[in-house]
Amino acid sequence: MMESGPMTGPVLTDGTAGEPPRSADLSGVPAKPNPTGEIGGTFWRRFGFRRPLAALILQRLGLSVGLLFAVSLMIFGGIEALPGDFATTYLGQSATPQAVENIRKDLGLDRPWSERYLNWLGGAVQGDFGTSWASKNSVSEQIGKRLGNSLFLAFFAALISVPLAVGLGMLAVQFRNRMPDKIINVISLAAISLPEFFIGYLLIMFFAVQWGVATFPATVYDSMSFTERLSAIALPVATLVLVVLAHMMRMTRAAILNVMSSAYVETAELKGLSTFRIIARHAAPNAVAPVINVIALNLAYLVVGVVVVEVVFVYPGMGQYMVDAVTVRDMPVVQACGLIFAAFYIFLNMAADVLAILANPRLRHPR
Amino acid sequence: MSDYKDYLTRQVMLGKMNRREFLARAAAFGIAASTAGTLFATSAAAQEPKRGGHLKLGLEGAAATDSRDPAKALSQFMFVVGRNWGDMLVESHPTTGAPVPALAESWEPSADAATWTFTIRKGVKFHDGKELTVDDVIKTLQRHTDDKSESGALGVMKSIKEIKADGGKLVLTLTEGNADLPLLLSDYHLIIQPNGGLDNPDAMIGTGPYKVASFEPGVRATFERNADDWRTDRGYVDTVELIAMNDATARIAALSSGQVHFINRVDPKTVSLLKRAPTVEILNTSGRGHYVFIMHCNTAPFDNNDLRMALKYAMDRETMVERILGGYGKVGNDFPINDTYALFPEGIEQRAYDPDKAAFHYKKSGHSGSVLLRTSDVAFPGAVDAAVLYQESAKKAGIEIEVKREPGDGYWTNVWNVQPFSTSYWGGRPTQDQMYSTAYLSNADWNDTRFQRPDFDKILLEARSELDEAKRKDMYRTMAMMVRDEGGLILPMFNDFVNASTKQVKGYVHDIGNDMSNGYVATRVWLDA
Repeated sequence: MMESGPMTGPVLTDGTAGEPPRSADLSGVPAKPNPTGEIGGTFWRRFGFRRPLAALILQRLGLSVGLLFAVSLMIFGGIEALPGDFATTYLGQSATPQAVENIRKDLGLDRPWSERYLNWLGGAVQGDFGTSWASKNSVSEQIGKRLGNSLFLAFFAALISVPLAVGLGMLAVQFRNRMPDKIINVISLAAISLPEFFIGYLLIMFFAVQWGVATFPATVYDSMSFTERLSAIALPVATLVLVVLAHMMRMTRAAILNVMSSAYVETAELKGLSTFRIIARHAAPNAVAPVINVIALNLAYLVVGVVVVEVVFVYPGMGQYMVDAVTVRDMPVVQACGLIFAAFYIFLNMAADVLAILANPRLRHPR
Repeated sequence: MSDYKDYLTRQVMLGKMNRREFLARAAAFGIAASTAGTLFATSAAAQEPKRGGHLKLGLEGAAATDSRDPAKALSQFMFVVGRNWGDMLVESHPTTGAPVPALAESWEPSADAATWTFTIRKGVKFHDGKELTVDDVIKTLQRHTDDKSESGALGVMKSIKEIKADGGKLVLTLTEGNADLPLLLSDYHLIIQPNGGLDNPDAMIGTGPYKVASFEPGVRATFERNADDWRTDRGYVDTVELIAMNDATARIAALSSGQVHFINRVDPKTVSLLKRAPTVEILNTSGRGHYVFIMHCNTAPFDNNDLRMALKYAMDRETMVERILGGYGKVGNDFPINDTYALFPEGIEQRAYDPDKAAFHYKKSGHSGSVLLRTSDVAFPGAVDAAVLYQESAKKAGIEIEVKREPGDGYWTNVWNVQPFSTSYWGGRPTQDQMYSTAYLSNADWNDTRFQRPDFDKILLEARSELDEAKRKDMYRTMAMMVRDEGGLILPMFNDFVNASTKQVKGYVHDIGNDMSNGYVATRVWLDA
């Protein structure tokens, strides 16, 4: 990542810069409000010209609905393709043919898959995700709780890691190729090379078992106070920070270094500005687009990709919930989790693009 | 036996049991009267349970999909949850496995063991204050037996033909005689609920020693002591907290850092490391669960008994126990019963690894080429390693085994009980009759060795309704020999249940019935500050 640093900035910026013209050209396909053509088309084109940002967001929203639909179909197909259905996997080795039959009939598993999918889709469109097959609880209610836990963990991990990563990245640029830069690089390389569960176990071993200063397990539940929760999530947050820090830090460093070699930075230097001021005021805003993209990807990871950390720290988040559901083929839960995860990815990527455009007004108008 | 003595001692000390009662129960379980004498003399010196405290257990097996309904309890976690809040009609004895009264005070079979009359205990209150009635019991049993039932106990309940009340007593009529009926009612799904749980199967209201305070599926369950408990010899702590910990390392870290008092499913590979911690105690109990290699007796090439014998002799059982179970287990003898079952047939010669005999039978079978064994790590922990070990020991007898690793997903649907030679696991059953009926009766759904012998079926059914224990034991010996010498079962090992606790936990009862003191761990232990 670091070696390709100077290249990465412009490439990613170009990618983002390429978005608006495409959105104007292709707008008719995914999100055209009026399919009859000319009038709607011209209206949309004009709208896209006057309010490029609003047009972009609208177009992306339309696309994401289609994407979510495709995701739900893929998850459904994926679970159908797994060996064994809910009845047999839920009962496991102890299934009697009669019990299996009872469950299948009860849940309508004896009907064709297309019918079951359309049924589910009908409910989901109206905001009803149904009840979990296994626990018979409302999916929305249970997910609400789990999603809250996941976001709580992700929020604090992001709150610490994003400023820290950007700050360390700038620091590394300022002391480029000197001792602080090297130390930051070595530590971040080490953190990125260790698997996340291993970092987790190391933290548990030292902070919980040997020194006994941290709370373990990190289970959070309803009756906990806010400070108790904070102390419970200290170790998982530390693990996540270590995992995502290096990636964002190195991208910040590479992007700023890339800008630092441009002419206007040289001018700033010749004006006699301090290094830090050059980096913070002049270089950073122009390097922000690729950095935002990496941050968005890492935030998405913090919400949807932390199942291993959840298991190691016994933290009741979404990932664990979805894995439990996949294990027994609990379709309503898997579908709802999958859709929420997909929505997060789509939303964060969209937010990254919008922010990149806001940071760089040149991207707003097609060339 | 000493554990049960401890248990009886505790009852004596708590004034729950007078000398006569004690002698009667002790005699029933084979404790000599002389022991009883000394026991009463020394009981004052024995350790007295302490009340109070907050007990925390870190348990494997919980999932967000766990159901509150005891009929659908499957996981280890829900097993313990149910034992905390509910009672069955009958419990099984921790060391002999004999039926012990719980919500049923006593019972009486008819001469053919086909009709059973149970006297239900009076003055027992549910957590919601209602008193237990015969009607509640009847509704509960009906809920688990009706055609639409999704109960995990459906298998053991299907022999019950009629459930009714007669003069304030419960009368069960069976389709055929069954001397083991009381034990079947100790199944952990059969928790007696108010109105049988028909109004609200998920209420978690029962008669157990702890009331449910909170429950989040797959996360945590908390309990408070039931002040109105009908028994005084259990439920010693004020509050219990069960925490779902599915990661083995997390459980060990939580125990060794003192965050929980008890954990289940300790990996035999890490036991020796855990033992080094000064605060930790390993609790291992012989169990009925067994790891098996199963051949279909009706499918070529396994329809040849010489090939089956060759494969049985090619199994190095001692090494299996040592390497796969880390020494926490016992060698098996190719029939699914061990000495934890009542009426265990003693004195059957232990089959040992014998490459010469294996080679002899192999040659006699006329088989050539390799034998395909399917396995997966979901079959039992270390199943793939076990298959490879087996491949090595068989090679020395000139038998070539080809090991095929199958995906864990769907193993129980697509491989087990489908393919002719595979690895599997059996959890054991409350009685010998149950074990044989589940997997060795010709027409059983789970006859996973396709062992179809009308003469075996006949003895099994005769033994079921035989109330004379000596005769019954003889029949079980005959059946064991048939399975051992002619069946499709290779049973290298019975696994121990390996749990661990901090030294603060006292009074743990090693129960042969099932893991974690048969699920009663939280109701039986107390905390020593």
